[in-house]
Amino acid sequence: MTDVQTESPRESSWATVRPGGRTPWWSAASAVYAAQLSRVRVARGPLLFVATLQSIGILLLLRGVLNKPDETTTSAVVAGATVLVVAFVALNLLAQRFGALRATRALDYYAALPIPPSAVVLAAAASYGTFTVPGAVVTAVVGVAVFGLPAAHVWMVIPVVVCAGVALAGAGAVLGLAMPRAELATVAGQLGMTAVLFLGVIPPQHLPAAARVLRACVPSTLAVDALAQSLRGPLDVAAVTWRLLVTLAIGIVALTIAARLFRRAVAR
Amino acid sequence: MQATAAYEVRGVDKTYRGDDVRANAGIDLDVAPGEVFGLLGPNGAGKSTLVRQLIGLQRPDRGSIRLFGHDVLADPTIAARLVSYLAQDEPALLELPVHLAVSTTARLRGMPRRSAAAAAGDVLDELGLSPVATTPIARLSGGQRRLACVAASLAADRPVLILDEPTSGLDVTARRSVWSAVRRRRDAGATVVLVTHNVIEAEALLDRVAVLDRGRVIACDSPGRLKAAVSDDVRLDLVWRDEPPSSDPAVAALALRARVDGRRWSVRLPHADAREALGRLMSGPAMVALDDFTLATPTLEDVYLALGGRADDLERA
Repeated sequence: MTDVQTESPRESSWATVRPGGRTPWWSAASAVYAAQLSRVRVARGPLLFVATLQSIGILLLLRGVLNKPDETTTSAVVAGATVLVVAFVALNLLAQRFGALRATRALDYYAALPIPPSAVVLAAAASYGTFTVPGAVVTAVVGVAVFGLPAAHVWMVIPVVVCAGVALAGAGAVLGLAMPRAELATVAGQLGMTAVLFLGVIPPQHLPAAARVLRACVPSTLAVDALAQSLRGPLDVAAVTWRLLVTLAIGIVALTIAARLFRRAVAR
Repeated sequence: MQATAAYEVRGVDKTYRGDDVRANAGIDLDVAPGEVFGLLGPNGAGKSTLVRQLIGLQRPDRGSIRLFGHDVLADPTIAARLVSYLAQDEPALLELPVHLAVSTTARLRGMPRRSAAAAAGDVLDELGLSPVATTPIARLSGGQRRLACVAASLAADRPVLILDEPTSGLDVTARRSVWSAVRRRRDAGATVVLVTHNVIEAEALLDRVAVLDRGRVIACDSPGRLKAAVSDDVRLDLVWRDEPPSSDPAVAALALRARVDGRRWSVRLPHADAREALGRLMSGPAMVALDDFTLATPTLEDVYLALGGRADDLERA
């Protein structure tokens, strides 16, 4: 009666019913990923539009304000605005999502299934991260056009979005699962996004020293720097790769913490 | 692993932090393999708390729970691998289209993608949900929403089904389709634990029932045997057109024992007393004030009341 290795109580010997194994990690993650991506597309599509529009608006605003900016400044602005789209969805919305799941006991749905918590957390984070790709690409392309940057390495936006997506989604998941109430998760997610906005979009050389320290603490900072460096000149593969790997590592640590918080949230 | 029961619950106590009242107090239960076992009781009786412990979502303060001989407390994942669980609500599924919600649940229970999609289609057909297969659950009516969650719980058959108020908010047709689906799975060998506070559902569906009140099991047997325990009584239901004529001595005598629900009075009496009371009502001034009356054999509700349960919380629709 089932394809997990269990025996039916009546059809065979109910006295020897043995539990099947856990659903394989990859199968569980891909099922959650597909479901979440479908849900996010339907329910959060308009928000991605808003996030993209917001970032493009910031680019246009700064284009009007900045007087003959140098390439270092413009590339930093474009990179920051691009990663801001990722932060809006992967950090802010995912924090809200996990906060709501926790508050409504919806995590019990997953806890009652034979799946590892890390598969749920990683798949949800990946679905939110993937969802941001079109908005981030549009923002980067518009930014390059608006500021007249070389378009040769604009493709770097894809690996940058992937790595920043992992880091910011990890942070979003941690915030959503760590906060005791859904409203606090929402506030934390929005504060996180605000940090990415101010500390990511404003070029570091224009920030005061104290703010530069804070900037270094934002999980997506190295991804912003990697994209900025790629947009303004010859690609320094080693430097960019190093920055993206560190960003990815930060994301993996955050997702590991989130998986522990998930386990703690369902174990009452 | 040799086991004589699907579930073996011994001495389960549970008190929530900051709460003086024990949600479960010394619960002992055996659920036989292949039966539909009910947990009946009013809201707050401790049914859902017990269920959450059965599936390893909560730990009891004391006691033991074995599932086909496996210790659920030692390894809570055992329950996830053997049990399909329907919670009182499933907010995790709300924004998914119905078919995707059901097929995703089946995949998470270990089915390959194609088999899960086929199984989801079959369950939706079974419950009459195919016309809304692509509609997000949140956009359905309350009853259809509940039915979609039931469908998710039925996907990828498991040896044990635990359904927490599966027909809550359903219309009669949908309720019957859920009952049929449960019976089909019982007939195929599944063990079903069904939480309800609906007396009619309990009588229609359950092989055995544990009646819970204030965290304790106050009775546990088949509905037939439980009702036989109060078979010397009958229930006299009276529906008044307006205010009952309390000056009539026959009415005044019944008023002392009646459970009043608006214009409806319900009194449990021995056979002879019921006949006598009805005779006095028919021959007196109360007759013209009566809109309707029935004499009925005891129900599980009467059993519950006879055991000292509270009158107001069981559902009779």
